[in-house]
Amino acid sequence: MAYLEVTDLTSGYGELQILWGVSLALERGQLTALVGSNGAGKTTLLRTIMGLTRPWHGKISFEGRDVTRLAAHAKADLGLILVPEGRQLFTAMSVYENLEMGAYTRRAMNNLKSNLERVYDLFPRLKERSGQKAGTLSGGEQQMLAVARGLMAEPRILMFDELSLGLAPVLVMSLFQVLRRLKTEGLTMLLVEQNVQLALAVSDYAFVLSEGRIGIQGQAAEVRKMDQVRRVYLGI
Amino acid sequence: MTAQQAQDEIILSVRKVSKRFGGLQALCDVTFDLPRGQILGLIGPNGAGKTTLFNAINGIYPPEQGRVIFRGTDITGWQPYNVARLGMARTHQIVRPLNELTVLENVVAGACFGHEHHPLGQARVIASEVLAFVELAARHDALAGSLNVAQKKRLELARALAARPHLLLLDEVLAGLNPKEIDEMIRVVRQVREQGITILIIEHVMHALMSVSDRVIVLDYGEQIAAGTPAEVANNPRVIEAYLGDPELAERMMTSA
Repeated sequence: MAYLEVTDLTSGYGELQILWGVSLALERGQLTALVGSNGAGKTTLLRTIMGLTRPWHGKISFEGRDVTRLAAHAKADLGLILVPEGRQLFTAMSVYENLEMGAYTRRAMNNLKSNLERVYDLFPRLKERSGQKAGTLSGGEQQMLAVARGLMAEPRILMFDELSLGLAPVLVMSLFQVLRRLKTEGLTMLLVEQNVQLALAVSDYAFVLSEGRIGIQGQAAEVRKMDQVRRVYLGI
Repeated sequence: MTAQQAQDEIILSVRKVSKRFGGLQALCDVTFDLPRGQILGLIGPNGAGKTTLFNAINGIYPPEQGRVIFRGTDITGWQPYNVARLGMARTHQIVRPLNELTVLENVVAGACFGHEHHPLGQARVIASEVLAFVELAARHDALAGSLNVAQKKRLELARALAARPHLLLLDEVLAGLNPKEIDEMIRVVRQVREQGITILIIEHVMHALMSVSDRVIVLDYGEQIAAGTPAEVANNPRVIEAYLGDPELAERMMTSA
């Protein structure tokens, strides 16, 4: 049984259907990539898994438990954590306070101190800037903080929406190094990423979403070689 | 003018158009010619400058450098309503119909601001014809605000067509449509071209765009990185890299400790 299993999921906004029967499975301890062109439904899928967008139909189960209808805060309690696109930091609060906000679940609050040490070890820059307002950080530092805040929640599955968007290559490299380290530590992750080459290089398994459906899936190294991926993005 | 000459006529010529927003170079020396009767696709990753190029062409923003020549007239820096009077119409990515007016009234408004100066009565006749053409005639009396997404997209197209343009700029007319509605809309776009209207189209639904376009130009970070037939651009390494990322960067990441 997969760690997280999504079966025949449909959802959307108002009358606009975005997902058309998506099924995917995440294996424990693996880094899974979810790629697909603009408007394919990647963010909607993450939001629906997370409980931020209501599923219309289908099933989401986590560790064998049906969590389809759980609210987002209840899913966060279980350890499903999203690092959202555009970071969504509390910009008027300090770096430290943002990290505290990540640890608001009871489980994570008990381990606040050790988790803080862990994320400061992963991102020494955040330790140097712990008193600084999040809104005054550079784009790369803000993305580090968004990842760190997610880790403070003690995720069982950490999901990223557009990790590298808008960042300079050197910052992208350092964030992906952190991902590799988290992977060796056994964290289960789901990565939505516009840089397909990077996503497939770092991941174990990959799903390619196309117009609200999973078109291609397989070992990331295999998917990387497929010409169909180019076709999904470029149409022919 | 012979048929061949009509075909060879360049209806729109964009010459080294540049536009900057603060520190961001949104468009850099974009240059292309659009022959009358063609469908030209405009693609590029998010933020590549596609809609900005539309805005520079139809006068929403004047370009800082470069020229826009439309039907032989230099329209650089013209106001959008004057560009419309010369026969250029556009649809917008975010549709904003006049919600309190009926569908027909919305299209009449489009007919009144095109390059033919019609009195209201004639504008109504044109609007009715266009509504029939986009298969929205049955809803002509409904308030525009009551339409669903697909109908609003058709209304947006109808409003632009009612201006009887020579050139139509389409900005993501397929966004938000389901696969069946996409096929229907593409059929309508082809019919528009058969009426002799030249089309410049931005679209993220790539298989649709590639199937409908005669030629495609590709923007990335405001720069034109490729131009050619759909098959040529889809196999162009620079285009593939713009969409899928840099394979060498990915290799470096995997080999570094």
